[in-house]
Amino acid sequence: MYSPTMRLTDEERITLEGGRGDALRKAMESVARFGDVFGADRLVDLDHGVHLVTSFGIPLLGPVFDMMDELIAAGLRTPEPFTVDPRPCDFANVPVGPIEKLIFTKVMYAKQKDYEAQLREVGLKDGKAFTCACYFDEVGNVPKRGDTLAWAESSAVVYANSVLGARSNRNSGVLELMCGIVGKAPRFGFLTDEGREATWTVELRTTALPEAQLLGSAIGMKVVEDVPYIRGLDRYLGTELDDRAKDYLKDMGAASASNGAVGLYHVDGLTPEAKDLGESLVRAGAKVYVIDDAEIGRVKAGYPMMWKDADARPSRCFIGCPHLSRAQLYGWLDRLEASLKASGRKRVAVPTVLTTAPDVAEAFRSDARAAARLEATGAALSSICPLMYMNNPLCGKKPVITNSNKLRTYTKARYYTDADILAIVTGGRS
Amino acid sequence: MRKTFKGRPVVPGAVRGEAVVSRQGFNILASMQRDLMGKKAEVRCSDQNNPDAFGRALSGRVLCLPRTIGSTTGGMVLQAAAALGKAPAALLFSEPIDSLAAGGVILAKVWNGRDIVTVDGLGDEFLAAASNGCAVSVSPDGEVTVETA
Repeated sequence: MYSPTMRLTDEERITLEGGRGDALRKAMESVARFGDVFGADRLVDLDHGVHLVTSFGIPLLGPVFDMMDELIAAGLRTPEPFTVDPRPCDFANVPVGPIEKLIFTKVMYAKQKDYEAQLREVGLKDGKAFTCACYFDEVGNVPKRGDTLAWAESSAVVYANSVLGARSNRNSGVLELMCGIVGKAPRFGFLTDEGREATWTVELRTTALPEAQLLGSAIGMKVVEDVPYIRGLDRYLGTELDDRAKDYLKDMGAASASNGAVGLYHVDGLTPEAKDLGESLVRAGAKVYVIDDAEIGRVKAGYPMMWKDADARPSRCFIGCPHLSRAQLYGWLDRLEASLKASGRKRVAVPTVLTTAPDVAEAFRSDARAAARLEATGAALSSICPLMYMNNPLCGKKPVITNSNKLRTYTKARYYTDADILAIVTGGRS
Repeated sequence: MRKTFKGRPVVPGAVRGEAVVSRQGFNILASMQRDLMGKKAEVRCSDQNNPDAFGRALSGRVLCLPRTIGSTTGGMVLQAAAALGKAPAALLFSEPIDSLAAGGVILAKVWNGRDIVTVDGLGDEFLAAASNGCAVSVSPDGEVTVETA
């Protein structure tokens, strides 16, 4: 029997000793061992539903599916409904060729239906809960400041910690489900006040607001997994977390989490803890990273060219990794229309997919006029995970372009700024 | 020549085997997905972005690395590999273990009864001493001996 280093309550100990069944014992032991590795002093109750990273039924995870069956057989489910990352396929809105489809359905994600059934059994919120941006109001997995969480999706973790002021570690896939099942998380890292202190200060000295995806990339590559305190961004974003600021921070955070491993950042004068605690969040001796226009340019120029033919015509464009907010969706619609008009085209020259949460897509489609306008541009609306799509080797080797630094990092997709993406998809420039 | 290092046993155990050394962050998903999907008897590293380990057999070997990187599904992939008997025999980290790898070795142990012997905090000198193909032995107290020619 496992004897944890951390302090457990009597109730937790009974569970760990198997007093509430073997499956729950294993879940508790997984959480306790995980906490012990990272020096947790105790377990704390979760205040909010978990968000799972694994949304895809890839057959190689057979042993994980067996574990899910064990949880289900024991009647275990999370006390709060949970959300999960986006689905890997959407053939209606992101069509693929017959061989690509065969690989998706018979090889890569052959267990998709079975896995989704398992997710429902253990507490999935509903059939629309598939998004990386579970914190959108339309989706409803929105923690409050100070809430203890156990999330795994890196872009969601960094948003919850930084923008919402909730507290989650960057959990490994499945561990977040184990925490959800026992309703507790080990207290260490971002769950503690000291773990939220900044060990870097980032001085933003650009002449204009940088592209969120580039600023996040620069920060992630420099500080890797440390906590940065960013000065100078409030100059451009203001001091209120309005839709524009939240969307910017969503994309910046996702880039910092994927180009590095940032799980929390503070923005001076803007994010909740920075507004309340200010410079006291910065540890003595914090390292300094100055970002000016030249540094942003250096970072962007350093991205490797992953296409075999650098001059290839893009075969598809993904906009929305992480998923677009409702405001971003309408913003892209306006910009696509204006840019098409300016270039004298009626429809996009490159098959373009805007991705958003199913609940946001539903709300958008309920606006019949907006839906018709989008359809007229030729761009598609989907709730797919572009990253999972690109994992199909046949899809992954095609010349795909994106404005996502996360997608660039994990696949061969080529990154362009928003302005360049717009020019390419509406004007045919490549 | 033998060099000995001391780290923290995360999953204690004794093992001796052939080293595979990744001098950069090791991407579990990118490295193991192809051969696990292909149901190969032995998993070889398929991460083309990792020149140290690319193409080398991982199953049953002693994987020496600074840390793991990449998708948070990495832990699940490691668990699956262990359950199928295709994981490395040991993971030896020069740095403190990261949450992905920790999740994987813990899930494998608790849910599948499979121990991937794991030691962390071995230091940069350990990674400098280890090289592909050299013999490495691990003892349950976290002592690691690297045998070089």
